[in-house]
Amino acid sequence: MKLSTERLGRYNPEKPMENRITDLGPRHFWQYFPPIIQRNYGKWLYHEILEPGVLVHVSETGEKVYTVRCGGARFMTTEHVREICEIADKHCDGYVRWTTRNNIEFMVDSLEKVEALKKDLQSRKHVSGSYKFPIGGTGAGVTSVVHTQGYIHCHTPATDASSMVKALMDELFEYFQSMKLPAQVRVSMACCLNMCGAVHCSDIALLGYHRKPPIVDNEVLESVCEIPLVIAACPTGAISPSKTETGKKTVKIKEDRCMFCGNCYTMCMALPLADKEGDGVTVLAGGKVSNRITPPKFSKVVVPWLPNNFPRFPEVCDAVKKILEAYAKDAKKYERLGDWAERIGWEKFFEKTGLPFTEHLIDDYRLQYDTYRTSTLFKYTEASWEVSRAAGGIE
Amino acid sequence: MEFKPKREEKEIKYQETRIYSDEELHNYTEEELKNFKVKHPIPMCEQLESGPWPSFVADAKRGALHRKKLGQDRLMIERDVIEDLLGQLELSFEHGETHWKHGGIVGVFGYGGGVIGRYSDLQEQFPSIAHFHTIRVNQPASKFYNTDYLRTLCDLWDYRGSSMLNMHGSTGDIIMLGTFTEQLEPIFFELTHVLDQDLGGSGSNLRTPECCLGKARCEWSCIDTQDLCYELTTYYQDELHRPAFPYKFKFKFDGCPNCCVASVARADIAFIGTWRDEIRIDQEAVKAYIAGEIVPNGGAHVGRDWGKFDIQKEVIDLCPTQCMWMEDGKLMIDNKECTRCMHCINVMPRALRPGIDTGLSMLFGAKAPILEGAQLGVLIIPFMKAEPPYDNIKQIIEKTWDWWMEEGKNRERLGELIQRYGIPKFLEVLGIPPMPQMVKEPRSNPYIFWREEDVPGGWKRDIKDYRARHKR
Repeated sequence: MKLSTERLGRYNPEKPMENRITDLGPRHFWQYFPPIIQRNYGKWLYHEILEPGVLVHVSETGEKVYTVRCGGARFMTTEHVREICEIADKHCDGYVRWTTRNNIEFMVDSLEKVEALKKDLQSRKHVSGSYKFPIGGTGAGVTSVVHTQGYIHCHTPATDASSMVKALMDELFEYFQSMKLPAQVRVSMACCLNMCGAVHCSDIALLGYHRKPPIVDNEVLESVCEIPLVIAACPTGAISPSKTETGKKTVKIKEDRCMFCGNCYTMCMALPLADKEGDGVTVLAGGKVSNRITPPKFSKVVVPWLPNNFPRFPEVCDAVKKILEAYAKDAKKYERLGDWAERIGWEKFFEKTGLPFTEHLIDDYRLQYDTYRTSTLFKYTEASWEVSRAAGGIE
Repeated sequence: MEFKPKREEKEIKYQETRIYSDEELHNYTEEELKNFKVKHPIPMCEQLESGPWPSFVADAKRGALHRKKLGQDRLMIERDVIEDLLGQLELSFEHGETHWKHGGIVGVFGYGGGVIGRYSDLQEQFPSIAHFHTIRVNQPASKFYNTDYLRTLCDLWDYRGSSMLNMHGSTGDIIMLGTFTEQLEPIFFELTHVLDQDLGGSGSNLRTPECCLGKARCEWSCIDTQDLCYELTTYYQDELHRPAFPYKFKFKFDGCPNCCVASVARADIAFIGTWRDEIRIDQEAVKAYIAGEIVPNGGAHVGRDWGKFDIQKEVIDLCPTQCMWMEDGKLMIDNKECTRCMHCINVMPRALRPGIDTGLSMLFGAKAPILEGAQLGVLIIPFMKAEPPYDNIKQIIEKTWDWWMEEGKNRERLGELIQRYGIPKFLEVLGIPPMPQMVKEPRSNPYIFWREEDVPGGWKRDIKDYRARHKR
């Protein structure tokens, strides 16, 4: 069936229900499995990473499927998708897949085909020089960054996503194309606390954050917002009803109670938070989702705020590299970033990474007591001597 | 083994569906692309064209040139839409603030989700992105495609949209970024009539479920992730398209405890494959690992010299439950002590494999920090067989939804409701008994909410009776 080319296509605005089809769901997955995948479904015995970005999976039938994994900007044009199709048609009988972390995977059934495919992928560059399909993202390295929309499409971001990820991956490129870290490092990025990307359990998470309370747009608030819902939306109870001088209903904000989550703005467009000086990036580290050796865990805030220095975010890239390099140097084989930090103690994490520990990193929201150290089990670092000096304990 | 769709699907052949000719699809030269300037000054964006990582700006520019040369009569929305997007992005960098307006309720008739309304707040400067609505397209489970499908989608999106996509959005959908209100229904009709498929979820409904690639290409998957994902997605179409929930609700399916789709961190119900029998051991392969004949961890660490593989140090000593040992040259596992963390299996995939009596664990209530802080999923159902038509799983889902829809407050995720009421209440809802596996440790306070029926004689007491024994 041909795609229609009339202005409104198959839709008749006079009769909107005419020929309307609903509730079809997604297309079925089986038809998109390459034949070798269909033949060996559920029969895989083991896999091996032959080199960064190239995997082989071996089936009990004796068949082998080779996968070449490429990094991808998750933002892509139809031009890019068509180029992926061209590659898939040329090498993979027209099949291709994407991973959960925005990587593109091409599969073939022989080593000869792998070589031809790799050569083709490596030869494709944008006219301005960047790779279109860099091979890597496997094993003990840094794979593609999952991220959110940022300024490309979102109305609540405190930073941009695509630019930060591009800048960071340019800096971390060698880790994408190698497997020399103690374990995999999953980097994730979200532009605001809503975290469409749910980055809160990543080895390294970058999070856009506001630092100025909402501005109240008194002129329109009563006509565009449900005031009780806005008041209820504030987790700290910082919003209360108010009236303007001209008698319009509005809200007022107890600014010292605001923790800048932006939930009020989600509920009410008359309470914008975004601000050039206020907005920036929080860095979190040490989370994971795998159950391997230790349970899944949250990432912890290790840098309270860095500026939105567009387009390349040098301060953010620098902080990430400090964490990554200290981890690479110090952690044991198989040890994830968070497990390393817990083994050496977070005081040593700050010492080894050189990141400053500030009061902002001590939880003062709810259930903060759970994160306090309630023992005499600690290690001495320069930060501890400073406390001792300040308290008059030592010279 | 073969899986079949629940209804017959139209086959998509690009040669039949296509709008554009080959000439139209290859309508610019590399030289033209090098010399192409978008209509707005974008120095900061252009800075992102350098460096090795794929540049979305370089890609956007070729999309822009392609549209420009296609001509407006071959496009339903403005051909310079990508140029306006880059222009607004540049200005957002300059201002340090987004230029998208708050909200915008648009959609297709009868659905409450699948379309995200978006409008520029600089419409005079960037008229081609005045409307920039996003359409979520429900991806096939685990994101395998063929090129007939993808090329058809590309022609549709060039013709009626911005030519810009996310492959994929965070929840898993194909995201078609940016079109005008007028084209929403026509796009939906093309998607359903030609591509024979549906939109994904958004708003307070079931969001598009997502799964790992499972048994399609992984030796560890304990469940048919795609089949379960497809079954629940199609079975709950009404919940996916027509919001009736307090807030969003997410299903994610991981084939094993490695959790590649991060279900434990982001799904209101995480389905994680596991087994209840014994880890399969190939003692010959164990020997081969010890002898250094097979590279450990599937070669994931070969970029550095970590020294000779040491099974004691790298596997046995790292086992969190210390349930492994060597005996007469054989690797022994006390399976009843094993918590199935997968470390040993990850390190020696050719020697160790998950058991064959497989099913899934269900964890409830994970979410990102909005509003009261992030939560990981709570283990509630330890093991459940997962076989078509998955009625046992559907029953648990529906009991959960009934309770959440009854008691959940506006914008309260399931995990927050469980916290507000406590796990005992949730167990009552599901009709299951408690188990120590639901907690890391028992409570350290004795503030138990005893109920009247728990206590012999009830709570009604007479003060006179008490005073008869105790003087004031």
